[in-house]
Amino acid sequence: MARRDIQLDEEGRLRHFLTIEGLDQPLLTEILDKAEGFIGVSQQAIKKVPLCRGKIITNLFFETSTRTRTTFELAAKRLSADVLSLNISTSATTKGETLLDTLRNLEAMHCDMFVVRHADSGAAHFIAQHSAPHVSVINAGDGRHAHPTQAMLDMLTIRRIKGEFVKLRVAIVGDILNSRVARSQIHALNTLGTSEVRVIAPYTLLPAESRSLGVHVYHDLQEGIRDVDVVIMLRLQRERMRGAMLPSEHEYFQLYGLTEQRLRAAKPDVIVMHPGPINRGVEMDSQVADGPRSVILQQVSHGIAVRMAVMSMCIGTQNARIARREASVSGLNP
Amino acid sequence: MTNASSISIQNGRLVDPANGIDEPRDLHIAAGKVLATGSPPEGFQPDLRIDASGQVVCPGLVDLCARLREPGEEHKATIASESAAAAGAGITTLCCPPDTDPIVDTPAVAELIRRKALQAGLARVLPMGALTRGLKGEQLSEMAALKQAGCHVMSNGARPLHSTLVERRALEYATTFGLTCFLNPEDLSLRDQGCAHEGAVGCRLGLPGIPVAAETVAVARDLALIEQTRASIHFRGLSTAAAVRMLRRAHKEQLRVTADVSAHQLHLTEMDLDGFNSNCHVEPPLRSLTDRDALRQALADGVISAVCSDHQPHEPDAKQAPFPATAPGISALETLLPLTLKLVSEGVMPMADALARLTIGPARILGLEVGRLNVGNTADVCVFDPNRTWRLDPEKMLSQGHNTPFAGWEFSARVTCTLLAGRVVYRQPDR
Repeated sequence: MARRDIQLDEEGRLRHFLTIEGLDQPLLTEILDKAEGFIGVSQQAIKKVPLCRGKIITNLFFETSTRTRTTFELAAKRLSADVLSLNISTSATTKGETLLDTLRNLEAMHCDMFVVRHADSGAAHFIAQHSAPHVSVINAGDGRHAHPTQAMLDMLTIRRIKGEFVKLRVAIVGDILNSRVARSQIHALNTLGTSEVRVIAPYTLLPAESRSLGVHVYHDLQEGIRDVDVVIMLRLQRERMRGAMLPSEHEYFQLYGLTEQRLRAAKPDVIVMHPGPINRGVEMDSQVADGPRSVILQQVSHGIAVRMAVMSMCIGTQNARIARREASVSGLNP
Repeated sequence: MTNASSISIQNGRLVDPANGIDEPRDLHIAAGKVLATGSPPEGFQPDLRIDASGQVVCPGLVDLCARLREPGEEHKATIASESAAAAGAGITTLCCPPDTDPIVDTPAVAELIRRKALQAGLARVLPMGALTRGLKGEQLSEMAALKQAGCHVMSNGARPLHSTLVERRALEYATTFGLTCFLNPEDLSLRDQGCAHEGAVGCRLGLPGIPVAAETVAVARDLALIEQTRASIHFRGLSTAAAVRMLRRAHKEQLRVTADVSAHQLHLTEMDLDGFNSNCHVEPPLRSLTDRDALRQALADGVISAVCSDHQPHEPDAKQAPFPATAPGISALETLLPLTLKLVSEGVMPMADALARLTIGPARILGLEVGRLNVGNTADVCVFDPNRTWRLDPEKMLSQGHNTPFAGWEFSARVTCTLLAGRVVYRQPDR
């Protein structure tokens, strides 16, 4: 993009975390390295570090979520921040208060960070563009656009098990069209130099220009997972049947459901991932979900570490800004 | 404004595409009508002389689609505010879609709009009549009465006709009274929840897509119906290369169909959506570069015979939300002429052709005696300086709506004077 990335400050440090797109490999690696360090915090007797002490972090969830909200909350608490969690149903905002009014009110309470989930693509960008300079915004999922912390926790999981990305072949299976997770994963995998990213789905669940995302497109599961190192299954929303995108869960499982039998086409040391919650018997059978190749629960615990990494980096950028300003006020820095 | 009853516009370059005139020539006006061009009639002593040295003098522009928001949405704009913006942009005739509140499906609403416009006195405002009652696509509107009340064309606005049968009947009934129907070609079910072109950019931004087929399926259906009914239709705002190909074929088969394009579609593409720019949220959506180039070519060829503003002024709040939740549309009166003339500097078409698409082209679609400077015609005139560069500052726009994606763009044409029926309705203040 020609425009300056609003995610970064003048010195290229992370100010907001809205999308993987536009971030370079060193920055993604920095996030992963930092997260790696935070994994240890969960194993300490006292599970806290003081990096965000005295900061207020507000979870703004315009769309319901349990898992993502909980891990964001835990991550903020482990960083010693004060946490507010607001579930703002979209109907409340349509009753009169605009999204901007909601933001202004929270800013007036001196929040330092918004963690935002919203049903509209671009919502996190909108909030970042319109919030005060002392506020950082973290995208916890916007419409079909992006879910960058989910993608980074997946990257952390892959890196911890597989090491280098350059040698890897990764397949993403399922509803690519409606998935913000898939879009962010694809950007992250490509930026980190993954040798081949594949998507596997029927045409109804693929965007019209999916190749433009930098992936190889397959319609046959067996063929698509041949020799891959990582299989990422996406959650299938039940609404897809009503929207005439699929005939039935039964046929979907027949064609795209992951079973031990089908997994034999992949590399012997393949790992299986899923952003959760799983529809057992739709995306994959229980044998795979609970089997030795499944790393689904590791993903969840990595989620906390990655969110701690991103939050502490954004708060660090803010602190640097405050320090710069104070230095210039006191005349130390002309 | 000035109450001169006779005016001479002197030393300008007169461009009147309808009459094939493009040369230095004076224009003389008396009693609201064109009196003569070239040398004045013997003994003519104008009350006012306007020096148009270095400037272009052309017929007042005709805009086929501009929403003035009145009645019903006066917080966005009013007939008075938008007429003033039109006058400042050289536009003298405006057609407004029937989707006001209340809807223009009774003579009373049409008359209200016309009366308010006459009070403002800055532009000729032509309300379009609703094709169906309440624009619901179920019952026909009283088209004969609407015609009587001054509706020259019928339209269902941007609301689709769900039933092809109702569409057929509406087209047939309109044909009875010689009324042209303006259709916005869009298949509602294919459009679904879409808010951006179904292409690479929309895919990357995760914006729900509107496929090209949403337009072409509707165009195909409408063309099939006019083949059957011999109705005369006008496609409002084509956006795709595929629809342009269909239009070319229809012209070969001599179907009674015309089309226009919105000025922004000739300059912006899906790429401009980057960063979720809500000022680029328009309907139909900004498409690919290939589509844009096909639209430009069709306009140069005359297959598309009019450029219109598709003016949709909004209050700031309407654009202050995540992209899909924002109201579509651009406040576009003031960029209509500059964007069209930009095509001249970019080598797409000569100036006379560009001006034809803003004057005689749309006037013919309406079947009205405007958009030309024949002796005896009403004297609607636009004078502009083709060499004065200026930068668009939304805060300085005359329209009540400042929603434009063209903020900061540099343009090379500036309207200096506008005449409506021989009356000066705009004169650039700093001259």
